[in-house]
Amino acid sequence: MVEHGDVRVVHKGGSKINFREPALSTDSRFLLCASGESVKVFSTATEECLHALQGHTDLITGVLLRPSNHLQAYSCSLDGTVRLWDFTDGILIRWAKSNRVNIWCCFIYVWTVHLHVCACTELFQLVAVHLPQCGEQLVEAKELSAVLSNISSNPAASAFGREGQYIVSAKPLQLEVYFFKKHKSYSFFLKKDNQKGGKNTFTCITCHPTEDCIASGHEDGKIRLWRNFNHRKEYTYSTLHWHHSAVSSLRFTPEGTNLLSGGVESVLVQWRYNQESQRDFLPRLGGAITHISVSPDGALFCTSHSDNKITIIQSCVKVSAVIQGLVKGDRIRTDLMIEPRSKALVLNGKPGHLQFYSLQRDKLLYNLDIVQQEYIHESGLEQFEVVMAAFDASGSWLATVEERKQKAPELELNLKLWAFDDQKQSFVLNTTISAPHEGRITALCFPHVSDGQTTMLVSTSRDGHFKAWQLAAPAHTEDEGPSWSCDFLGAYHSLVPECCCFSADSSLLAVGFQEVVTVWTPASWELLTTLSQPPGAVRDLCFGRLSCSKYLLGATTSRLLCCWNLLTCSLEWVTSMDVSLLLADPLSENMAAFCFEAGSTDLFVFKPGEPRPLFSHKALCSGRVTHAVFVPREVMLESCDEASQWLNCSHLYFLTQSMDLLTFITKAEEDKLTASSKQLVVSDDVAMTPFHLLLGKHRDQLENPQGSNVSLPQLLQMPAHVLPSASFLCSMFVQSLLISVNKPSEQNKEKEEEMESEKEEEDSDGEMESRISRPEHMPSGESGCAAPALTKEEVRELRRLKKLDHSWMKGLLD
Amino acid sequence: MASYKPTNIPVYPKLGEKVTEETLYWKNYKTPIQIKEFGAVSNIHFSPVTPYNFAVTAFTRIHLYGLLSQEPVKTFTRFKDTAYCGRFRSDGQLLVAGCEDSVVRLFDVSGKVALRMFKGHTKAVHVTDFTSDRYQILTGSDDYTCCLWDIPNSAQLNTYQEHTDYIRCGVTSQLNRDLFVTGSYDHSLKVFDARVDKSVMTINHGHPVESLLLYPSEGLLVSAGGRYVRVWDLLKGGQPLVSLKNHHKTVTCLALSSNGQRLLSGSLDRHVKVYNTTSYKVVHNFDYPAAILSLALAPEDESIVVGMTNSILSIKHRKPSEEAKETAGHQRRRPSYRVYAHRKSYVPKQDDYLVSKPVRQHLAKYDKQLKKFNVSKALDTALETWIRGRKPEITVAVIRELDRRGTLKNALAGRDEQELSRLLSFLIANLVDARFAPVLITAAEMILDIYQSIIGQSPVVDKQLLHLQSLLERELDYQKDLLEVLGMLDTMFASSLPKIELPCSGISTSNGLPQGQSTDVIFPYNKMQSRVFE
Repeated sequence: MVEHGDVRVVHKGGSKINFREPALSTDSRFLLCASGESVKVFSTATEECLHALQGHTDLITGVLLRPSNHLQAYSCSLDGTVRLWDFTDGILIRWAKSNRVNIWCCFIYVWTVHLHVCACTELFQLVAVHLPQCGEQLVEAKELSAVLSNISSNPAASAFGREGQYIVSAKPLQLEVYFFKKHKSYSFFLKKDNQKGGKNTFTCITCHPTEDCIASGHEDGKIRLWRNFNHRKEYTYSTLHWHHSAVSSLRFTPEGTNLLSGGVESVLVQWRYNQESQRDFLPRLGGAITHISVSPDGALFCTSHSDNKITIIQSCVKVSAVIQGLVKGDRIRTDLMIEPRSKALVLNGKPGHLQFYSLQRDKLLYNLDIVQQEYIHESGLEQFEVVMAAFDASGSWLATVEERKQKAPELELNLKLWAFDDQKQSFVLNTTISAPHEGRITALCFPHVSDGQTTMLVSTSRDGHFKAWQLAAPAHTEDEGPSWSCDFLGAYHSLVPECCCFSADSSLLAVGFQEVVTVWTPASWELLTTLSQPPGAVRDLCFGRLSCSKYLLGATTSRLLCCWNLLTCSLEWVTSMDVSLLLADPLSENMAAFCFEAGSTDLFVFKPGEPRPLFSHKALCSGRVTHAVFVPREVMLESCDEASQWLNCSHLYFLTQSMDLLTFITKAEEDKLTASSKQLVVSDDVAMTPFHLLLGKHRDQLENPQGSNVSLPQLLQMPAHVLPSASFLCSMFVQSLLISVNKPSEQNKEKEEEMESEKEEEDSDGEMESRISRPEHMPSGESGCAAPALTKEEVRELRRLKKLDHSWMKGLLD
Repeated sequence: MASYKPTNIPVYPKLGEKVTEETLYWKNYKTPIQIKEFGAVSNIHFSPVTPYNFAVTAFTRIHLYGLLSQEPVKTFTRFKDTAYCGRFRSDGQLLVAGCEDSVVRLFDVSGKVALRMFKGHTKAVHVTDFTSDRYQILTGSDDYTCCLWDIPNSAQLNTYQEHTDYIRCGVTSQLNRDLFVTGSYDHSLKVFDARVDKSVMTINHGHPVESLLLYPSEGLLVSAGGRYVRVWDLLKGGQPLVSLKNHHKTVTCLALSSNGQRLLSGSLDRHVKVYNTTSYKVVHNFDYPAAILSLALAPEDESIVVGMTNSILSIKHRKPSEEAKETAGHQRRRPSYRVYAHRKSYVPKQDDYLVSKPVRQHLAKYDKQLKKFNVSKALDTALETWIRGRKPEITVAVIRELDRRGTLKNALAGRDEQELSRLLSFLIANLVDARFAPVLITAAEMILDIYQSIIGQSPVVDKQLLHLQSLLERELDYQKDLLEVLGMLDTMFASSLPKIELPCSGISTSNGLPQGQSTDVIFPYNKMQSRVFE
């Protein structure tokens, strides 16, 4: 076995961001979400990931703001630790580890000083943790007290009530309310709805922030509002029903005026609290809504979706931003592919779409709508799925296969061919072939034509045929452009073709018909030869590249990897391994074989002409690896180390059975990466807007060292009812904003300000004398403005007159 | 938030012939004017000068028609028997015609009585023509001879007795006064030069020659006989250039379009075919009600005149061109109001910030209903008479969409007699269409499931159901027949193909296939099979 000390398997991008509810910062500017082993901080305005908070060693199961400090956040993870972060700077402040070993933190709640962590030993328990206040970074949480036991594993099924007075927890058909002060718990049971079969089960729960009200969502789409639940008998509930299937998330806005709910339909429903007939809808958000969260100031909502997406919604129910992760769904139907132009990873994403994901930037570039149909969010409905896709070598053509299977005879298949449009920088539908085959399509491949245009596509199907599709020039000049049509239909002994592959120079096509590999020449569609190595059907076929192009490799179901020499049409070598995936590096002669051995997958990298593997890695991961891809590097590595040489041209990415996207990284590369990674810190300043510039200039002017603006704090501190009218102050403020033409006017202004401060001092005096001195301020202010040259005596004289005036008025009023 | 995606209406490839410039050109004729003649119309010839009258030879008369008149402007009746081949001289003043009674008559176009009578043939004269010097006449007769006559003194100049069967067609050169070509039922074409006594060139057509045509350049000669139209290169000594076999009955007449770019041929199979003279491909096809005997095109292709065996003369005039229509349109009165474009006069400045309004998505009626999940109403709107009749693909697409949503049953259920009969009539009209069948069969099954219980309650619905049943039975029979044909074709193709021996390498001996078993290669006939279906 080859030593592989410095090649390591790492997670690379595409982790889930919808696993737990995201947290919005108090000022609604940041969004924190748990993403695998790190907490990602996104900007809500630009959708960019600002930084990742790294430190946890296992899946993070909860992120929460710290109520006492709005710049800090807690996170908990399956590694049993709770960490406190400064998320604006990305600094770990403290972390707590439980002294009990077998604790996993499953989710987290914060109530005043106590941190409630749901811990899992055998049964789910809600535990209050007191974090000791000490300066050390690592603390051990010793004070653990169980609050509730046997709660649901779903974090949405438990909630804290108004000001933390009680905690609510829902089990399938039972609602349990525990009051902290009274140390008393009440349970409410719902009938199992027999008519429709257990649809009454609770799915989520939330509590009103100011009133004693609990909202619960149910499997059948109903929302119940529970009130008066501090009595066992006299509780009441009202029912709201809009959703047609289970409500997955419920949330009250911070003021408690609105209730937000979401479910499989992917419609965010906003109910007015106490006026439930009024609803706002936000439809077609994407995948099913899994979580809803609301920022503490109520300005933003965000919804997590099952398609690994977070939508940020303004409180006026308008989508403002979308953060999209790599969609992995429940199944990867298409292979992993690399788009030759943008080098983006392509795989099927949200239903009916292909996603283009940039691996370098770990960001979704765009979704290409393949099916072009309205997606109906309803469970149990057969939808069109993109099951296969292929790019040609230059990236100018994309072929996709979509299928919808109701019953076996009613399989609906569409083969679509997309041309790359240089103007739109996207793929444009060229040809749709409905029902290209009678059975499911098993493989699709373009020839590797390096120069010029690809004009051929081969598809193999379970109906026993393979078809060659040809790009035909329009028959008439009136037609829009070239389109694809069937050129050749081939079969062999009515066997089912499983795989096909073009040789490196596209002069040969190998089609695997169960046990037999047939080799055809695409120029004249003649069957050249057949190769076979029974028993076992051929599962995977691959031609060698470059200097090894004379070799054809095939993996069979009978745990054999065969290599045929096409010059002699004879078997070159056979080795016994259960290959689940065979892959050729497009830039070198290397081939990768993922072998399934004793429950885990091994990787062998080899050259077909050489007997010794270049690299092998035992037990990469558990389960079969069925999807992998070689990604060409932008810059070639120049490693001369034997074990990592195969990584010089390309990265190798693969997907495990648990949908983790993994890759190999060399030691040198890793060192380079850590050196270059810098902490990205966002300044906490106000954004530089034109208004800020204007105001900032004005502020600088005000903050001059002449001391004339002592009046300003005074002005601000004074009670509103003793101040002069706002219109008066405004005109002065506006005047002060005007840019002075010459020096004298500036001096004038300074005088004005002095006057103002004086006047205000005296105003406060006047306030002591009488409470209704307001009407008089207007004339005084006017006089101050109009005649700044008045002496102090004169002003005093004026004021005396005003006092007289005032008494006269008072007399009139009486 | 993504917007609503409207229902995808598949675009089906148009069946039938492709619309090309050619079809547009040749389709641009008015409905034909049909004139009943006294007998089969054997020849039509256009006068080469304005006003382009044409002579129609039918039975014992020759009628002269004006281009736009439907009544004959002139009639020549002085024939004792059936007249043949009435032709104008190049100045349009004289007309010559043969006759069954072997006399060739020469008429003045303005007169009635024959100016000259050329007697000398012993049998019916089917071919007459003027030479290019305008003073001589060529005739060809059933007595196997062709003659040249001098017009001024009505003397027989020359007689050629080379053909061995009836001479039924002949044409004189327009460039050389001495050259002419005749075609005969002895399968041969002969080129004669009046200056020598013998034919200068003999070409074998292979079938009795019915019609001849010289290109304006006179380098190419076209002959029609049997089912074939053949083109010969005279400059290369009568080398065959191309042979066209597009008719399934004898080709009787030939014509060239005005610019010489298209060749037309009429046949007893009631078709007129238009060929491109560069590629010799059929670019258009006219259908006529009876077997065609004669064909002529007016100058500038202004009209196509066809004579048929059932004595009908069919005249098609070209529609007035678009430009003429446009000039007429210009004279329409302008509307008296003026439209002021609001805010259109504002010229955007460089620093202007454009506030874009959200564009409202326009949805079709059925999409609006689908968006609101009103499935029954969506189906109703898609079944509106206009959509149902003109664009059944929209109705089918809506049904498919409902089926995809799993709500087709709800949409189909709960309908009264009138609505149900509307649904059924749509099914009857479109169920056997191969493009719609997979969707409509599902819908039909659902309708039967839902409305099983009401069968027998409404005579209208019952009648339609019975109709549907008979339709399906017929369709099943068709399919069965087609499969039988397919099986026959398969056998034929398989037996006609040579077996290919594959190279047997060392590995293929060990691959489990018995050595002698040859691999039958089934791909080519599959390919043809797919072509048959196209």
